[in-house]
Amino acid sequence: MSTLGTARERVEDAALLMGRGRYIDDMPTAPGTGHAAILRSPHPHARLLEIDAAAALALPGVHAVVTGADARAWSTPFLVGVRQPMEHWCIATDRVRYAGEPVAVVVAEDRYRAEDALALIDVRYEPQPAIVDPEAALGPDAPALHEAMGGNLVSERDFRYGEPEAAFAQAPHTVTTTVRYPRNTCTPIECLGLIAAYDPGEGVYDVLSPFQGPMTLHPVMARALKVPGPRLRLRSVPESGGSFGVKQALFPLIVAMALAARKAERPVKWIEDRLEHLLAATSATNRVTRIEAAVEGDGRIAALRLDQLEDCGAYLRAPEPATLYRNHGNLTGPYRIAHLAVTNRVVLTNKTPTGLNRGFGGPQLYYALERLMQRIAVTLDLDPLDVIRRNLVAGDAMPYRAAAGAVLDAGDFPATLDYGASEGALDALRAKRDAARAEGRLYGIGLAAAVESSISNMGYITTVLSAEERRKAGPKDGAVSHATVAVDPLGAVTVTADSMPQGQGHRTVLAQVVGDALGLAPEQVTVALEHDSQRDPWSIAAGNYSSRFAGAVTGAAHLAAVRVREHLARIASQRLNCPAEDVRFEDGRIFGAANPENDLDFRRVASLPHWSPGSLPDGVPPALRETARWTPPELTPPTDDDRVNSSAAYGFIFDFCGVEVDRLTGAVTIDRYVTTHDAGRRLNPALVDGQIRGAFAHAVGAAFYEELAYADDGSFLSGTLADYLVPTTCEVLDPLILHRDVPSPVTPLGAKGVGEGNCMTTPVCLANAVADALEAAIPDLPLTPARIAAVIHGPEGAPPTEAPPGR
Amino acid sequence: MKRLGAGSRHRIGLTLNGREAGGWAEPRMLLSDFLRHALGATGTHVGCEHGVCGACTVRLDGAPVRACLTLAVQADGRRVDTVEGLAPEGELNDLQKAFRRHHALQCGFCTPGILMSLDAWLDGRPAPDEGEIRELLSGHLCRCTGYGGIVAAALEAARAARAGDVGEDD
Repeated sequence: MSTLGTARERVEDAALLMGRGRYIDDMPTAPGTGHAAILRSPHPHARLLEIDAAAALALPGVHAVVTGADARAWSTPFLVGVRQPMEHWCIATDRVRYAGEPVAVVVAEDRYRAEDALALIDVRYEPQPAIVDPEAALGPDAPALHEAMGGNLVSERDFRYGEPEAAFAQAPHTVTTTVRYPRNTCTPIECLGLIAAYDPGEGVYDVLSPFQGPMTLHPVMARALKVPGPRLRLRSVPESGGSFGVKQALFPLIVAMALAARKAERPVKWIEDRLEHLLAATSATNRVTRIEAAVEGDGRIAALRLDQLEDCGAYLRAPEPATLYRNHGNLTGPYRIAHLAVTNRVVLTNKTPTGLNRGFGGPQLYYALERLMQRIAVTLDLDPLDVIRRNLVAGDAMPYRAAAGAVLDAGDFPATLDYGASEGALDALRAKRDAARAEGRLYGIGLAAAVESSISNMGYITTVLSAEERRKAGPKDGAVSHATVAVDPLGAVTVTADSMPQGQGHRTVLAQVVGDALGLAPEQVTVALEHDSQRDPWSIAAGNYSSRFAGAVTGAAHLAAVRVREHLARIASQRLNCPAEDVRFEDGRIFGAANPENDLDFRRVASLPHWSPGSLPDGVPPALRETARWTPPELTPPTDDDRVNSSAAYGFIFDFCGVEVDRLTGAVTIDRYVTTHDAGRRLNPALVDGQIRGAFAHAVGAAFYEELAYADDGSFLSGTLADYLVPTTCEVLDPLILHRDVPSPVTPLGAKGVGEGNCMTTPVCLANAVADALEAAIPDLPLTPARIAAVIHGPEGAPPTEAPPGR
Repeated sequence: MKRLGAGSRHRIGLTLNGREAGGWAEPRMLLSDFLRHALGATGTHVGCEHGVCGACTVRLDGAPVRACLTLAVQADGRRVDTVEGLAPEGELNDLQKAFRRHHALQCGFCTPGILMSLDAWLDGRPAPDEGEIRELLSGHLCRCTGYGGIVAAALEAARAARAGDVGEDD
């Protein structure tokens, strides 16, 4: 009996529940391993004049102090995705550009001593004016972060698809909105961490960490360390305490700590603390989007115009500006909009550099697009459900080539929308709203729809370049994943893959996938996913990002298992006297379809290629081990007219919710939330729902609580978990999750990615509900009680200038 | 009162999950670091070191405490229970099984602290409702699960404990 598609319990869980997980801080270290602490800039922008580490080095137990001078001696600045004279070193050299930028690393016999030593390092800074607002950073008088660049604009591109000008000229209505998506981050409960070593004999850096990829960063790191790729050995730990993209931010620290290990002449362990994490690890981009639609009277959108200003912080850190381009092909979301004009600008400010964060560009895009859909409904006095529905790509139009190049692979969006609205009882919610409003309460309903892109095209980021620049650089496309299925001398099966899991349960799913192909129970399949860049197969696309596991990695594992099965079928066919294509695999037995009673033990057949290669049929390899590579041919490079199929598979989501706003305090309570997904074929439904619930919780935080906040002078304001508010059990209700699956024709098993979608739909769905409740324009996210109260009651008066009596 | 020199290390002896254990610690050493790095009890995780996330929750003489807000020297001579003690024979207890059944964990990093809080709390409450469980769990941050599975698992474990009690009493 196949378990594929069933909600299996996870193989990972027993060890984790017993406290026997092996995370980075649990890993064994070599004798004498040093412990690192990082001295970070207190200034958002300053010249770095002098560092005096003598007192720190004199402290007993301190092994080394590493500074920008060492970075200059042994490394180079990181490669940048656009051609700009910008130097980003792993440790600041002559200038700091964000509060928290590493200035020095101390290596000592333990972490306590390393932190003691930090206090003894004397750094002379010359503070410079800082700029935090992306629009202000474009001004002629704004301080330039990188003097050689002359300004803070690092990239600007215009795109035009169809005839947007004509469509805007002809349309009876134009609806516009401008939104500012804030900075936030998914804050895994385990912070960053690593153990770095250097072998001076062969010049090899060896780093153990929960780094998740993307492996596009491996050449970036190796080049910064001035070594060929194989001399930067990256190994992953068995467990990672969550990532949501965030552990991509390990890469500059991997380089810094590799240098620290070299200088200290011993392995170096560094475990980030939470204060460092919030201050300086990474962030989602904040984005200013002006979005405009040319609209017919019935709400149909003829054309869309997007002006996106992306703030990537102090450095354009690889793979940025990917956040801005990840959804480029599907900028029109789930809608049939033929004409599209886009202006993309990327700006630098004195804030932490940005990077991968669950949703990666989707929250920013859909916040603008779905706020616009709501504005269209309000402006034209239409039902918001009708506005969404009338614009959806029709089921019979699939596969559908969107204006900017996405090939929406499968789905029936209108049918899924209708299913969600009826099963989720949208009509009842409307009646509830009417009743609440009749009582004078502030109750609102929000809607949102999206396509959830998964399995990123390696070429999408090159859309930031001109066609001519792309031609010079050479083609980039595809998304190669690897998996290996091996059979041991007693017929037991092992799976490895380049998926670099961060807690999602990949081992469970791969055991189900391979067990399904070989007629084995998942318990009979061992999955080992600790990855070693020197020894394990991987491609530039490898890693745990862009929701690529369900579609891509399981696909490669399935193909590898099928290849093993084909070899075993040929062996068995000799013994069963039947054609190989009639051989069946079930419950650990192998038999011919016509004669199930005459069966063979799987292990006996599977072990033969080890023991007796001489007796194998022609073409069956000895000692079975099959590595399959899979890449979707649909992922082609951007065309000369800048159309790109930026992802391989596109799920569909339709959300609606009801919220109530407390008229006195401005606090919002979520009353009901319904999220309907087409995630393709669900390989393990419990894990799919787990991803949806987890993304939903992140999105509740993004909507109401979370912001990496900066003062105008660039100082950081949300440095603890008491300032950066993460929602708890009392804020996150359990959403109603509905499914209507349409398998993807692109991925081998029909699965689409599902881990990020609610980070795209839920913030804007909640915001639309708040806007509906207030029947007014709403402030930017997060929708805190203070901001909403200001809408209800008007802004607060100035604070009293005189002290209250009695003080 | 015993005086401890700031720069010197002191012998700390305690009962960890029912067994005698000991190691050396400076007065400033956190209990979380002592458990993990001096005693090798790495099941207790460190998520924030400022008492908000709850990942490091252990029981000190039976009461749940944040190990990151407790000094190792404060545990001298006392009983400390950690997640490793919940399944001493390698057999998951009812609460742990309920967590597995309800997919109440993904990365597992926050899980030990949540288990320790629930283990202590369910001891004294035969019939908690969902609201009470949510209130108790609001002292813990989980970024993977969205909490639904954790609440369901806690409710199920409470029901199982109730059924077990009835069986024993009768």
